[in-house]
Amino acid sequence: MGKFSKQSTVSAAFDMIFSQLRTMALVLKHTFTKADTVEYPEQKPYLAPRYRGRIVLTRDPDGEERCVACNLCAAACPVDCIALQQTVDDDGRKRADFFRINFSRCIFCGFCEEACPTYAIQLTPDIELAEYDRQNLVYEKEHLLINGVGKYHDYSFYRHSGIAVDINGERKAKGDAQQEKPPIDIKGLMP
Amino acid sequence: MADILVKLLEITIIIALLIPIAAMLVWVERRMIGIWQDRLGPNRVGPFGILQSLADLLKILGKEDWIPPFSDRIVFTIAPVIGAVCVLMSFAVIPFSPSIGVSDLNIGLLFFLAMASLSVYSVVLAGWASNSKYALLGSMRAAAQMVSYEVFMGLSVMGVVLLTGSFNLREIVLAQQNGWLIQTQFLGFIIFLIAGIAESHRLPFDLPEAETELTAGFHTEYSGLKFALFFLGEYLSVTLISAMSVVLFFGGWLMPEPLASWLPPLLWFILKILCFVMFFILLRTSLPRPRFDQLLSFGWKYMLPLALLNLLVTAAFKLGGVYG
Amino acid sequence: MISALVELNPLQLTFYSAALLAIVASLKVVTSKNTVHALLYLVVSLLAVAVCFYLMGAPFAAGLEVIVYAGAILVLFVFAIMMFGLGQDETLHAPSVDGSKVNQFSLWFGPFLLALLLLIELVYAISSGEIQARLTANTIDAKQVGILLYGPYVLAVEIASFLLLAGLIGGYHYAKPEGVGLDRKNNLGEHG
Repeated sequence: MGKFSKQSTVSAAFDMIFSQLRTMALVLKHTFTKADTVEYPEQKPYLAPRYRGRIVLTRDPDGEERCVACNLCAAACPVDCIALQQTVDDDGRKRADFFRINFSRCIFCGFCEEACPTYAIQLTPDIELAEYDRQNLVYEKEHLLINGVGKYHDYSFYRHSGIAVDINGERKAKGDAQQEKPPIDIKGLMP
Repeated sequence: MADILVKLLEITIIIALLIPIAAMLVWVERRMIGIWQDRLGPNRVGPFGILQSLADLLKILGKEDWIPPFSDRIVFTIAPVIGAVCVLMSFAVIPFSPSIGVSDLNIGLLFFLAMASLSVYSVVLAGWASNSKYALLGSMRAAAQMVSYEVFMGLSVMGVVLLTGSFNLREIVLAQQNGWLIQTQFLGFIIFLIAGIAESHRLPFDLPEAETELTAGFHTEYSGLKFALFFLGEYLSVTLISAMSVVLFFGGWLMPEPLASWLPPLLWFILKILCFVMFFILLRTSLPRPRFDQLLSFGWKYMLPLALLNLLVTAAFKLGGVYG
Repeated sequence: MISALVELNPLQLTFYSAALLAIVASLKVVTSKNTVHALLYLVVSLLAVAVCFYLMGAPFAAGLEVIVYAGAILVLFVFAIMMFGLGQDETLHAPSVDGSKVNQFSLWFGPFLLALLLLIELVYAISSGEIQARLTANTIDAKQVGILLYGPYVLAVEIASFLLLAGLIGGYHYAKPEGVGLDRKNNLGEHG
């Protein structure tokens, strides 16, 4: 009652009654407003392109794997759901020997995507990850790898990096990469 | 003997209709709350989700009916039965239409009040027998709340008894042929409604089972069929309080003349009850729960004097010949 | 004995069984070791007495018996027992969890049977037209009770109401925290 001490008790009582009735009237008004519900299985909700859903491994525009198996994603992962092993191809390309994500552990935080130096690992707006068998939620590399560039259409790590590899069957030597200067001859005397 | 059989058949039919209606109310309530909160509510099982209650029932029947080892087994088992039986017994005195109604008990109104006061035991014993702190807290609240609100619930309907000169509910309805009692007993109606909400411990007066503070109050330890009985009892008592409000203040099955011939009396009665049930659901969606001391001081300091005043004024007007 | 039972009409039979029920339940009240169970038997006993009242043609008294005694006063009893935790020291007599089936059944059976009998009687008494007809012959309705209370017995009513008023004031006196007004004054004195 302390709150209403300036008013008389009667007018305070009427204020309280009016307040309750007003609340009820406001709620009753919602009989005629449209429901916000999205009826999910029939009607898909809008998911933004950068929605953090199922994780994929992307390829660069040349169709080669972007992932160099640097292990930064596995290190960044707070729930340790990523496991991988690096191998080096004959042409000098590094790639994952195996790449395994356990989606029953994954919390879709996106830290792996942030950590990835080659834009290889990306989260997609796909949320339908239900399985009857929990073991089916462990995705291997062949499940993760897609035939696309994901969110970054033109980016190709090996075209920028100073590593000697084959690109489209053509040898790219050190110093040939975009915006790359030729390697410094450390045995010479010139600056 | 034959008339007893007919009566028993009538009782069976009424119970067989009431229980599904109470179950349907669960769906109606969830649907309406959904609409008022800009959602859809359950709409998957059957057309418009109408079979949701059936699905819930099947699910609850499949649940383990667990009696906690630390509980008092007998009282724990009896408590939900008391609740449902008391409410069902109250329906015995409700006149549904000119010809339908289990009993024209000459103390019908008192019988309703008696059953309402007995149903306190269901909540109190459930809490005590559960032998757990939340259940006990809930049932202590229930005991204090229901005993307090019973007092002026009884007083609020005495105005009706004064004006109609009868405790018989059928006679009370018939006495309203020249005008419903809501015209002269508006204050009594408001007090009865508030007390009725408190008696059936519905929001905003659901302190005995306040989820946010007491887990589930007195039925914290209940599961399976026993929990379903409590649920059934609650929705039956919502129907009962609505029916009593209609009988006492809104002329039961009676309607003013042009309207009365449109529908049979029973349908008018059910329609009126439905309006009240909707009102109960609206109350549940819109109003917050008061604190316990606020609830009790509201009852004793405002409602009880108001009920007494209403009785006094009604009696004075009756003696003064205002009501003829 | 049996022939005497057969000769009774349904009304009398119901009355006597309700009376028997009241006696048995009352006996259980004083012999029961568990406080709450004893109280429950007391409720059953009061309900049986209410049925007796009803069958004797005093429906108003029956209604008040249930509302006031069974519905209000005994709820307060149960409330008090719960408040003071009187269940604590009778764990010895509480039904054992791993007790034998027979034991549990016997615990169950008593209150269940009594309550069931009462329920059957009540339903029968209410639904039977025959009994209704017999009852209306010499029923004391609320109006007569009122006329008697405010006529010949008005002095008794007034004395009882004085007694209750005294009880009310006494209750308020005990429930009021000691020196509420004084405390506030003292606090004000200390702080300001």
